[in-house]
Amino acid sequence: MSNFFLYLGMGLFTLVFLCLYRGVFGPGVLNRIAAISAIGTKTLVILLIMGFIYHRVDMFVDISMVYALLNFIGTIAAAKYLENGGEI
Amino acid sequence: MSVLHLTSIPFLLGGFFFFFTATVGLLRFPDFFCRLHATGKGDTLAVLLSLIGLSIYEGFSFTSLKILFIAVFMFLAQPTSTHAISRAAMRCGLEPWTKKMEKKNDSNL
Repeated sequence: MSNFFLYLGMGLFTLVFLCLYRGVFGPGVLNRIAAISAIGTKTLVILLIMGFIYHRVDMFVDISMVYALLNFIGTIAAAKYLENGGEI
Repeated sequence: MSVLHLTSIPFLLGGFFFFFTATVGLLRFPDFFCRLHATGKGDTLAVLLSLIGLSIYEGFSFTSLKILFIAVFMFLAQPTSTHAISRAAMRCGLEPWTKKMEKKNDSNL
């Protein structure tokens, strides 16, 4: 079962690299924000899968909870900055 | 391989499938709003499925309750942040992509 988690984590990791393309080459700052928020949600699941592989689920659940909150706050902060006349 | 472990596998594979479709949407769609359309919904469902699968794998305990809390939080937070960022983009004057725009291949969308 932990092999299944390992392959799942590696598959998610390749998806993160695909999203990174949009993050680097995204035409504007907005596409980069969308890419980073997409990477953030994938990292959340990768963190939890790492917790299951290392059999330390309690620690990793708290870490991924904080990560989910920070990812949300980051996107909202970027939206708030761009809201009133921040350049694209 | 108890029953719980076996029932969690389809959830996790479904989650991975929707992560994949959201990534393809992020890369292939022509415009910022379309990309946000794909990732906003695709990632939310993918996180929901994956976390439900992981909490089933964990069995009935306080930790799986926390995992379900993350799932509920992501279910509320992701659409909110998608709405906020797309409204900000609209306020910044980013017009959605249209067929006419494609002719003069406006590349900074």
